[in-house]
Amino acid sequence: MAGRIKIRAQKKGDVTEVKALMRHPMETGMRKDQAGDAIPAHFITEVAVFHGDQPVMQGHWGAAVSANPFLGVRFAGGEPGDTVRVAWVDNQGGTGEGQTTIR
Amino acid sequence: MKGLITGVLVTLGASVASWTIASDDIQAVMQSSFVTKNQASMERLQQDAVQSVCSAPRGMPLDNKTLTTLREERLNAVVLPADGQYLGDWQRGAEVAGNGRGLQSSDDPTKPNGGNCYACHQLAPDEVAYGTLGPSLTGYGARGQSEAMLQYTWTKLWDTHAYNLCSHMPRFGAQGILSEQQLKDVMAYLVDPASPVNQTEQ
Amino acid sequence: MKTCYFWFTLLVISLSSWPLAAEDGVFDQYRDLMGDDNPAVFVIDEGEELWFAAQGPKSVTLDSCDLGLGPGVTAGAYARFPRYFADTDEVMDLESRLVHCMTTIQGRDLETVTEKPYSLRGDLGTEMEALVTWLAAESEGAKIAPEQTHAAERAMYTLGEEIFFYRAGPHDFSCATCHEQSGMRIRLQALPDLTSHSGAAEAWGSWPAYRMSQGLVRTMGWRLRDCFRQQRWPELQMGSEVSIALQTYMAVNAAGGIMTAPGLKR
Repeated sequence: MAGRIKIRAQKKGDVTEVKALMRHPMETGMRKDQAGDAIPAHFITEVAVFHGDQPVMQGHWGAAVSANPFLGVRFAGGEPGDTVRVAWVDNQGGTGEGQTTIR
Repeated sequence: MKGLITGVLVTLGASVASWTIASDDIQAVMQSSFVTKNQASMERLQQDAVQSVCSAPRGMPLDNKTLTTLREERLNAVVLPADGQYLGDWQRGAEVAGNGRGLQSSDDPTKPNGGNCYACHQLAPDEVAYGTLGPSLTGYGARGQSEAMLQYTWTKLWDTHAYNLCSHMPRFGAQGILSEQQLKDVMAYLVDPASPVNQTEQ
Repeated sequence: MKTCYFWFTLLVISLSSWPLAAEDGVFDQYRDLMGDDNPAVFVIDEGEELWFAAQGPKSVTLDSCDLGLGPGVTAGAYARFPRYFADTDEVMDLESRLVHCMTTIQGRDLETVTEKPYSLRGDLGTEMEALVTWLAAESEGAKIAPEQTHAAERAMYTLGEEIFFYRAGPHDFSCATCHEQSGMRIRLQALPDLTSHSGAAEAWGSWPAYRMSQGLVRTMGWRLRDCFRQQRWPELQMGSEVSIALQTYMAVNAAGGIMTAPGLKR
């Protein structure tokens, strides 16, 4: 179930607004389960937004970001019909990716 | 299930506690709906006299004599501090007042229970995260430290029903939620002029 | 030539730093910022997939499950729960109805499907949570209209009312201790008055809900179980009579209100 991304990209005036929701537990490594054992750290370390092939945002994330994180980005340019892609990598080597077209 | 429905329909008539479904039936429903989890055992679902009488839906008229008798019973059962000293350490009392843990299935039974006063009452004026189910107790110490006042406050903490039958407040002493020493500490937190509860100047 | 100037907002809410009881106003602002972006959308999708997934010894989907409006009819079904079902001769909530369909239609083992209905810490969600979330979304915007035509449904309401006021446990708590007055709060957490129409409608209509502090969708069944944990009572069982009776009490008090679930809560 991890790995899914819901994306919406909308042209608003001169900018394109991207909203992305990522399905990820974002475990800090500090929590314990019901039995008292530590839950292993599992969180997104890198996230990027692409307009076509062009990166428009790259970020480093850590354990402080909530579970199922929400990302909002606005970038200059973009035209309806263009592709917007969001991708992430986590500390366990997992990846997630999703794409949509600008409305 | 069918038996229960019959119980519901049949027992709407008058009895001592006329609002209730036959108590056998409600017990059966409770027993089938819950399971013991850690320290939260099934025995906790058995009601004592106070709980039974105070389970009447709002606005249900109750018999005055029954209420008076029960309230007096509770007042007579209050245990005052063995050494006659009502006041402990307000700093420890502050911890008890802020601690919401204790007696839940998820709580560590080896740790002391909290009083969770802030869940329902405003106390120290600089604590903003206070509940409003109970009255504000900010500046409670202005009532002074006469023997009558201390005994009243102790009684209220020990068993609220001794004065105010069917109050929503837990019986911290009578139900063994807090120890005698913890109660003394909470007393000090309430009445000590140095306690944050009584810093009402600014 | 593309200009790649950008600015971005990260909603960075850590589990540990989100205040246990933030002020409602602050959370409302946060909810506005999120707009329609409720992480429950993932759980809705997962629930829909599970509904249409062939499972169990009979390897069939739940698509023939009758939620009260006919086999496979999901739109608006949740808004009519709890309700009486002739095939079981019982008043059921959605969770117990789903268990019934899993065991009868799919032939799955009762103990297995009821073993862990609600997520524990560290889980990403359960099948029950996902199905309930999707079915709630299928009732979004519908009028809350629980059936009260059968005698068993009316008796369930009466039982629910009785249990609502039943005081027990070391702290003498009942549901009513916190939920029979309006405008009150515990610490900073506002408490709905479940004896009133408006309070019940707001509360009943907004569950299941995505809990930001837990990163999970929680169902009303879980909400009740966790209330009783805080009441210092033993553990409430999913689909039990107490659970169904209390849900009936709330849903009937809420009747006429609008289903807004899945909600977004702190």
